[in-house]
Amino acid sequence: MITTTFRTDQEFFLDPQRCIGCHACEMACAECETNGHEPMIQVDYVDRFLSPQTSVQLCMHCEDPVCARVCPADAIMKDEFGIVHSANTARCIACSNCVQACPFGVPKKIEPLQLMMKCNMCYDRTSAGKKPMCATVCPSGALFYGTRVEMTTRRPNSTPVNQFRFGRQLVRTKVNIMMPKGATELVVDGEEASP
Amino acid sequence: MISTLNLRAAAVAALATFLLVAAILLGSRNLANFDPALVAYLFGCIFACFGVVYRYCVWLQRPPTWRYFARGWQLFFSRRMVVYGWELMKHFVGDLIGQQFIRNRGMTLGYGHRLMASGCFLAFAVTFPLVFGWIHFGLKPGGIDTYEIYTFGFKTGEFPLHTWIAEVIFNALNWSAMLVIAGVMLLMRRRLTHAGQIAIQTFEGDWLPLIVLLAISVTGLGITLDYKFMGGQAHQFMAITHAITVILFLIWLPFGKFYHIIQRPAQLGVAIYRKAGTEGPPAICPHTGEVFDFKMHIDDLKDVTAELGFDYTRNDGTSHLDLSPRGKRAALATAHLKAREQSGSFFG
Repeated sequence: MITTTFRTDQEFFLDPQRCIGCHACEMACAECETNGHEPMIQVDYVDRFLSPQTSVQLCMHCEDPVCARVCPADAIMKDEFGIVHSANTARCIACSNCVQACPFGVPKKIEPLQLMMKCNMCYDRTSAGKKPMCATVCPSGALFYGTRVEMTTRRPNSTPVNQFRFGRQLVRTKVNIMMPKGATELVVDGEEASP
Repeated sequence: MISTLNLRAAAVAALATFLLVAAILLGSRNLANFDPALVAYLFGCIFACFGVVYRYCVWLQRPPTWRYFARGWQLFFSRRMVVYGWELMKHFVGDLIGQQFIRNRGMTLGYGHRLMASGCFLAFAVTFPLVFGWIHFGLKPGGIDTYEIYTFGFKTGEFPLHTWIAEVIFNALNWSAMLVIAGVMLLMRRRLTHAGQIAIQTFEGDWLPLIVLLAISVTGLGITLDYKFMGGQAHQFMAITHAITVILFLIWLPFGKFYHIIQRPAQLGVAIYRKAGTEGPPAICPHTGEVFDFKMHIDDLKDVTAELGFDYTRNDGTSHLDLSPRGKRAALATAHLKAREQSGSFFG
């Protein structure tokens, strides 16, 4: 049974620029039996032909999760800690709405299982006061789970930001992305917010 | 409560309940063939009918659900009805009857769920017509060795007593109870031993449904065991506890985990939607240059997200949803790199 000792003082901080593409996070994620040993974190080459840049992406746990809103089967739920959970296995009808609607490109549809699966911030671990698997193995600091004070000490020239702009859509998330000091949002494709 | 009541859904649910009651009166020949011992089950069924239809209607009113529901029927009744009908049949057999996708999620889960589902559907097929008085049995006049089956008051068959056919028919609910118990045992064992399940399971969502099914099956078998081996001494206790567990199941059906039984056929609608989509133009990601879905789905999703208040339109009139999941991840990483670059330092 779930024993909830979720530490609300701890947050997830993502810094894709620090990703070295080692896939340690994927391997650690795939250790988890709650995902059926399927990695829920994604490591990509951004543009393999042009640069060696790699990037890591986990679920950002949106404040208003579009994946849950477009789910026709009410299979995706957000809990009181702001964790957007993977699809309820009894309800998911494998329509892929969440896969295509997520602005971060996170959910995966596992075709043979007829099921969407996504990162739930290792709820089995975080609800017991532990750190997510990926954050415990990342060697380059692209993934960090801890308090805001710890993060500020480690990255004095960065600011954690949890606001993104995709076109005209503003998205706020539980997970932070590390931005240059003073930034307030990450504009992915859209207009910068007026100061 | 009145302020949160969905009037349209309540009206449809009331109509469905009225139609069910009318069908019961008509099918049981004005309750002439109704078994009064089953009256508690009847009220449970009527409540479940209202609750299930009400929740189904509320569910259908959600924009994404309505989009699939409307598209599914629109495609089914199109000129390609035969093609989509065949697709529907394939998925009905493979997904709903064969449950291959559940088997793919785990061997124990697959076999356990198949056993439970077959037991439950056999029980539904027997119980509902009996409770509604649509089917009843009677001794053939002029003898004591042949039973007659009446459906909606019309004789539809007969079978000799004290034969294997009679044993199979009279014990149908016992067979279903055994199937359910076997399935529940497998799934309970899985919930006790699978580390992944132990970590995330909940009592209400995962254990209670198994306990309810087990209670229904054990008390149901108890009725037979009582009259076979105990001379009916515990009949009242067994009958009442069985009725309580079944009625609890019926009342809980619209609200709890068992609602997935009603919801699951939506997967068939998704199957024909995908079939139709793959026959149409594909969606190609501007970043990867690869097909990642079909255009109808992405276009529908743009409409649904707009209806829900999300606007991913970019300055050039295209949408963030035109990108594949990989394209979206690359867009974010590129934007992050750009922001770092503009700040004068790649790391901070």
